[in-house]
Amino acid sequence: MSVLLETRGLSKNFDGLQAVTDVNFALSEGEVRALIGPNGAGKTTLVSMISGRITPSSGSVHFDGRDVTALPAHKRIMAGMAYTFQITSVFSRLPARENVALAARRRMPASKVAGAVDAAMDRVGILDRADEEAGNLSYGHQRLLEIAMGLVQRPRLLILDEPTQGLADGEIGGFKTLVRDLAKEATILLIEHNMSVVMEVADRVSVLNFGEMLAEGTPKEIHANQAVQAAYLGTGADA
Amino acid sequence: MSVSARILVLHLGLLALLFVLQFVLPPYHHGNIARIMVLASYAIGYNILFGYTGLLSLGHALFFAAGMYGMGLTIQHAGFAPAPAILVGILAGAAVSAALALLALRTIGVAFMIVTLMFAQAGYLTVLYFGEYTRGDEGFVIQAAQRIVWGIDLSDATNRYFAAWALFAVSLIICLQVVRAPFGRTLVAIRENEERVRMLGYDTFAHKLSAMVLSGTIAAAAGAFYGLLFGYAGASFASVQYSILPLLWVLLGGAGTVLGPFVGTVFMFYLIDLSSGITTAHMLIAGVALVALTLFAPQGLVGEIKRRGAKWLP
Repeated sequence: MSVLLETRGLSKNFDGLQAVTDVNFALSEGEVRALIGPNGAGKTTLVSMISGRITPSSGSVHFDGRDVTALPAHKRIMAGMAYTFQITSVFSRLPARENVALAARRRMPASKVAGAVDAAMDRVGILDRADEEAGNLSYGHQRLLEIAMGLVQRPRLLILDEPTQGLADGEIGGFKTLVRDLAKEATILLIEHNMSVVMEVADRVSVLNFGEMLAEGTPKEIHANQAVQAAYLGTGADA
Repeated sequence: MSVSARILVLHLGLLALLFVLQFVLPPYHHGNIARIMVLASYAIGYNILFGYTGLLSLGHALFFAAGMYGMGLTIQHAGFAPAPAILVGILAGAAVSAALALLALRTIGVAFMIVTLMFAQAGYLTVLYFGEYTRGDEGFVIQAAQRIVWGIDLSDATNRYFAAWALFAVSLIICLQVVRAPFGRTLVAIRENEERVRMLGYDTFAHKLSAMVLSGTIAAAAGAFYGLLFGYAGASFASVQYSILPLLWVLLGGAGTVLGPFVGTVFMFYLIDLSSGITTAHMLIAGVALVALTLFAPQGLVGEIKRRGAKWLP
């Protein structure tokens, strides 16, 4: 499989606080990769540099064989990345449908938007809520709306930042099915705290600890990795 | 009736009403409505940036004055005919708003307000500085003979009313088209959550820049018409008061609604007009009314109607 995304020596420090240190990370086309690590390990900082929300202090990001380090976020998105926010960040005063339409319009001719929006909302199971104001949706539905906004863009790389945070168990079950389904058409980078989601949907897992890449492997390997257990699972913090 | 049809009927209905009013209004109100239509066009321009894009500018007097002086100075000193002079005014507004946008859009929030305010003040002082040409505070009169466009004398009340109506109609229709198009919807999304819009692949800076130029250009057109129709250009139109007024009109009428600027302008104009007939402390009455409105209809008159059920209002 070809490499879709690669970071080389990626680092970020915020006024002396080293949030991410020298991360070399590669993602193959078509895989589902989970990125895990304790709170404050630098996961969101890392994907923010990948998606262009923040600029790295050093290192580079390559997407689809191209150095995108200097590209602003909106151009990376247009190159085929989609990013869903950790803290639900839908347009709460706009109808749910308009939220997804905003994501779709940038990608396709106007005549195709309505159909694509309905399809995306149907796929995550919130089509019956399409005309409600996004802010009036339940939290779980807002998370699903975020995902619909991501997938309507038909991205090559879909970055999901803690998509199951705050979801009920039943909703998480549905989410796992959805991700496995999405994996057929997009490469997925998933920041996740919920270990059952990681174990069941990820092809490979990368572990970040204190801003450094600690380990990488299949979910099984990671589960058995002693360093990871010590740093993360062993603490039981979020496992 | 579909939503689109309803929107069309309402807005074209207002334009038709204003057109017909010209034949029935007594002279005093006739003159008022003409003035209101020009000022409402100014407010419509302001609303595109403030109401729809969420950028609070305190410097729109700069654009209004750019239009007024772009028109006035070319008539006065370059001997331009009114039509090309209007065009110069509009182009001046576009250029000034683009230049200010490139600088001011590097900031957000309070800093944006201050930067726009400062540049507008600089514009005001520039008008005073070049008093030799602008005649500063005193201003200059554009003679009736210089206000004839294609044989139509704009100092005549009826012609003036129709010219104001035409400006208002064009501004209203542009605003309506823009806010219902994908571009306008993206502006609303930027107002709600700019970072999210950027992460959907939109160049939000380019969108805000376009919104500010469109806003400033409409404001300049209103300034140019105001000077030409009422025959006067003066520095007071470049002062901070003329930056605050469109903000007030839009807030009262309903920010982020197409009809809000017009309703707000009519309301404020007649509020001051009527209360000054009752007492010399007319600003007190106006002030109380404004406070009441802020308390009971914080989204403005049209905004309140929209909130209470007419969700389809653009």
